[in-house]
Amino acid sequence: MSDFSDNLNVEKKKSGQADINSVPFTEVQQPGPASLAQQAKGFWVTFSTMFKKNQTVQYPDVKAPTQPRFHGRHQLNRHPDGLEKCIGCELCAWACPADAIFVEGGNNTPGNQLSPGERHGAVYQINYLRCIFCGLCVEACPTRALTMTNEYELADDKREKLIFEKEDLLAPLRQGMLAPPHPMYPGMTDTNYYNGDVKEAHPSQGEK
Amino acid sequence: MTTAELLGQDPGWLIAVKAVLVFAICVLSTLMAVWTERRVLAKMQLRTGPNRVGPAGLLQSLSDGVKLALKEDIIPTAADKVVFIIAPIIATAMCFMSFAVIPMTGVVNLFGHKTALQLTDLPVGVLYILAVTSIGVYGVVLAGWSSGSTYPLLGGLRSSAQVISYEVAMGLSLVAVFIYAGSMSTSVIVGSQHQHIWNAVVLFPSFVIYVISMVGETNRAPFDLAEAEGELVGGFHTEYSSLKFALFFLAEYVNIIAVSALASTLFLGGYHALPGLGFTEQWLGGWFTLIWFFAKVNFFFFIFMWLRGSLPRLRYDQFMKFGWKVLIPVSLVWILIVASLRVLQQQGAPRSAILAFAAGVVIIVMAISSLVERNKEKVRNADLPEGEAPNFPVPSLPHVQSINVSGGK
Repeated sequence: MSDFSDNLNVEKKKSGQADINSVPFTEVQQPGPASLAQQAKGFWVTFSTMFKKNQTVQYPDVKAPTQPRFHGRHQLNRHPDGLEKCIGCELCAWACPADAIFVEGGNNTPGNQLSPGERHGAVYQINYLRCIFCGLCVEACPTRALTMTNEYELADDKREKLIFEKEDLLAPLRQGMLAPPHPMYPGMTDTNYYNGDVKEAHPSQGEK
Repeated sequence: MTTAELLGQDPGWLIAVKAVLVFAICVLSTLMAVWTERRVLAKMQLRTGPNRVGPAGLLQSLSDGVKLALKEDIIPTAADKVVFIIAPIIATAMCFMSFAVIPMTGVVNLFGHKTALQLTDLPVGVLYILAVTSIGVYGVVLAGWSSGSTYPLLGGLRSSAQVISYEVAMGLSLVAVFIYAGSMSTSVIVGSQHQHIWNAVVLFPSFVIYVISMVGETNRAPFDLAEAEGELVGGFHTEYSSLKFALFFLAEYVNIIAVSALASTLFLGGYHALPGLGFTEQWLGGWFTLIWFFAKVNFFFFIFMWLRGSLPRLRYDQFMKFGWKVLIPVSLVWILIVASLRVLQQQGAPRSAILAFAAGVVIIVMAISSLVERNKEKVRNADLPEGEAPNFPVPSLPHVQSINVSGGK
């Protein structure tokens, strides 16, 4: 039935006779005015809501935990002996769609060994006024140096304060870590580092 | 001794003290009302509401008031300066004045004098309240007009039209109370309810009409079209800032409390305790009646908040239609019924005659309403005559052949 009328309409359209009023039309049953009981129901909703637990989070006093994989502020991780994982490859900066990351690599020298291998990130800046927290930089990082934390309180009163430097982003030193620069673990190559063979700092690494 | 005689013995200084007391009660209850409203509305919306300033946010409205007072006071260039300044003063002063005749306590001891917490007892007290609130409308109209701006003008006209038309319904709903109590004095009305039964029970239709029209009167949700934010920015007070705006704010809330107080005075037995709890009226040397009074006022105030939390805003034409075509005719008919019953009673008609009359009225009203309903149904279900166009623009429908737009063929 409806097929038929549709066909009819198409034919008419082709011949230029289509009339807007001949469009198939079905009456929609309009709901009449609500009954008094239905209207009273609305009042019951607001009244009963008063006795429900409210949803407000008292934010500055109570900080609700985020989802575990929430994209927050970045962090530059360390190897278990304290050396930085970042090798200054700039892949994060290239991956960034918002151009929020600026990296300048530097050479590791015997007196200034910041990361395993030849190179380290000498300058590392993330501009949180530009960052869109998409996480593409984390995906791009070949050494898992860059990850994201759950920290979301990123507001300040100066634009400059929202450009985070390497010191702001570096993960804190944990148990068994030594503050770089210090030499690599004796007998370990950078490949050993990436494979996770280094578990903690060797006493000789701290000697000056 | 009647309340009027009792108040007549007040020395001058006591009247001054009571005036200050009434003023303080108004201002304080406004502060509390704003806080209560925000908290209760928040509860209705699963929120907490203000809880930062003071214990449980109690001082929030005070700090808001201080903030408002310290803000820059702007008078627009196009404004009529004098009227612009006078308007909020009129609005606020009139709201406070209506509190003068409201009996808030029974006989109490105030600074060694036997008196009642009521400034004065006029024999036409309720009329006085109606008159004073009508003058309050001038504040709104003048504010809208003197701002020299379109939105306030529209908002001012809207709210004055609204207040005036709902005042008619309100006045009519009060007539039944006057007939029943045989007086327009607030204290006599309270007394007559104490002797018989609350007016809210015997004059239930009047009570309902009064409660509806008091919401319309005070420009509150769902009848707050005068300040419909989406359409009129802020309504009549769009151009007002600082202390002048605070005065309008104060006026709005004092007005709400005033109409709530009037409602409890005229329909819920005023300062008297709930039936069966009469012994509490002697507690605290009679001052406990003040607590009863405010409990009743707060009951009405809660209705205000509940309405605001539950209902969307009415459209202007629906609102006016409701006021003029429903509330006013209904209250006129109701007054006729009450008056006839009253006359029957006073002429000493037997009980059966009164009952028969009441039953007859009920049957007639039901018959009329069912006829009206059937007619409505017919109109609703009727199709437009074939080939005939309605004389307003409509989207195309199968049974509408031509579309008539703005008079053209």
